[in-house]
Amino acid sequence: MIKLENVTKAFETPAGTVVAADRINMEVADGEICVLLGPSGCGKTTTLKMINRLIEPTSGKIYINGKDTDRYDPVELRRTIGYVIQQIGLFPNMTVEENVCVVPKLLGWNLDKAKQRASELLATINLDPALFLKRYPKELSGGQQQRVGVARALAADPPVLLMDEPFGAIDPINREVIQDEFLKMHRRLRKTVMFVSHDIDEAVKMADKVAIFRAGRLEQFASPDDLLAHPANDFIADFVGTDRTLKRLRLVKVGAALEPRAPTVVADDPLDHVLALMREHGQRIVMVVDPSGRPQGFLDRDIVAGLSGTAAEHRANLPATVRIEDDLRTAVSKMFMHDVRWMACVDREGLFAGFVSQRGIARLLGETYRAPAGIPR
Amino acid sequence: METLKFIMNNLPAIGQRTIEHVSIVGVAVSLAILTGVPIGIAITQNKRAADIVLYVAAMIMTIPSIALFGVMIPVLALIGQGIGYLPAVIAVLLYSQLPIIRNTYTAISNVDPALREAARGMGMSSLQRLRQVEIPLAIPVIMAGVRIAVVINIGITAIATYIGAGGLGAFISRGISQTDSRQLITGALAVSLLAIAADYGLLWLQHRLTPVGIRTPRMRTPRAAPGRATA
Repeated sequence: MIKLENVTKAFETPAGTVVAADRINMEVADGEICVLLGPSGCGKTTTLKMINRLIEPTSGKIYINGKDTDRYDPVELRRTIGYVIQQIGLFPNMTVEENVCVVPKLLGWNLDKAKQRASELLATINLDPALFLKRYPKELSGGQQQRVGVARALAADPPVLLMDEPFGAIDPINREVIQDEFLKMHRRLRKTVMFVSHDIDEAVKMADKVAIFRAGRLEQFASPDDLLAHPANDFIADFVGTDRTLKRLRLVKVGAALEPRAPTVVADDPLDHVLALMREHGQRIVMVVDPSGRPQGFLDRDIVAGLSGTAAEHRANLPATVRIEDDLRTAVSKMFMHDVRWMACVDREGLFAGFVSQRGIARLLGETYRAPAGIPR
Repeated sequence: METLKFIMNNLPAIGQRTIEHVSIVGVAVSLAILTGVPIGIAITQNKRAADIVLYVAAMIMTIPSIALFGVMIPVLALIGQGIGYLPAVIAVLLYSQLPIIRNTYTAISNVDPALREAARGMGMSSLQRLRQVEIPLAIPVIMAGVRIAVVINIGITAIATYIGAGGLGAFISRGISQTDSRQLITGALAVSLLAIAADYGLLWLQHRLTPVGIRTPRMRTPRAAPGRATA
């Protein structure tokens, strides 16, 4: 857990006093990712660096797992906090292994244990230890270097990880990949992460909590969904963008917008039975599934009414399906692509789980706007 | 032809003078590394101090060597060492300061600030940062300064013969006073060759001391070249 209490940093400059961070209060729970977000010079990096005392706060208290960071020697403190910077900062004179072993060595681990750890970590970040341990940083691509940078920060298994725009220098394609890898790793390791970014999309994707800064002040501290649905003021509304509702599509899973399990029929069912089922459920659409429950196609009342035969003879093919664990953005994108207003949704085993419709999604997103803000500022 | 014959007949003497020469430059530059590198590192902490130190070192460089030898005679005469080996070593020591201090200062100041920040953020103390990161990265540039100091001072030491310090300059001074071009050419040739040999020797040493990870491909020995990443 990281807790900031009235943390303030004022710099004396020839032009007068500049307050880079003004009475910041926030609390990040264990295992959460908190993204510090804002335009350049807003105080987010200053706030981050006060946590490991690369910058000493002018006033206020910072607690890590309940312990006051002022009571530690800054050098010792930093060894217990993982630190990743945008420029990566791998030491070019050291191999990947030596780079990862830096903090364990500073902590006085024995060499074999440190090397063992380096090897494990490299495997975690999808770099083959046999291939990469003895390489030098300049022999790695940018994405590989940043992975090693993260591994280095995790080497001594610190409970807290500070990341200063860690993926900012990586091209957009690799950035997505590394973000996904990082999230996957995070789900397993559950570190408490403070993460500086200026990219709202990155924040929405990574964060459990987002802290938006402007001119040294913490403007809003909320979950991404709350932030997008209820920006506290015009600055934040501007910052998160006019398409903020669309951004929320990324946060919500298809499962949340799933409509009550619709009736299904199998291939041999006669149309009379199908039409009766439609009337009974008040549904225009009925799904045709195979005996195990996989969707095979659908029947539309407007098309099959008055016809005879079996479901199999008249079924129309599904243009596409979405998975229940996909986000709504994927679902909406597929709907637009195939020019449909609803889609069949399947579960992890590929079995039919229900429908998701444009109307249903709109209603779901609207609920948050109608409800009051979840987390007070 | 005459010169060649002179050289062949005086090989032992030339060898002896070379040893004297190398001993003056070697001892003095080694001492200069011990003083210059720490000074160069220390002044990275303070811009004003750096300006002053580099200015003084540059001023020393502008003193003609023959004048410096002259100034030292009465001073060192107080301890009975007015002429000979000691003043020669001191002069070379002084002349070596500028290239060594300046290169050390430049190399350490030019270490990527991101690396310094990463090192600090990971919990290295200033000394650990210096030893594990900054000095290893500065080695090539510091060594380049040492090479410059050695080459310059092999030339300057040739003049030290006038204060009785020996060295290869002896052939040159005698060649001038006896209008003997054989000795003159022998001395000049030997000094030049020594300078070139020392430069190459130190280049090799510089290469060996440079951490593998920052060696340029040209400097890299084939044995040390691992496969490059393709991704």
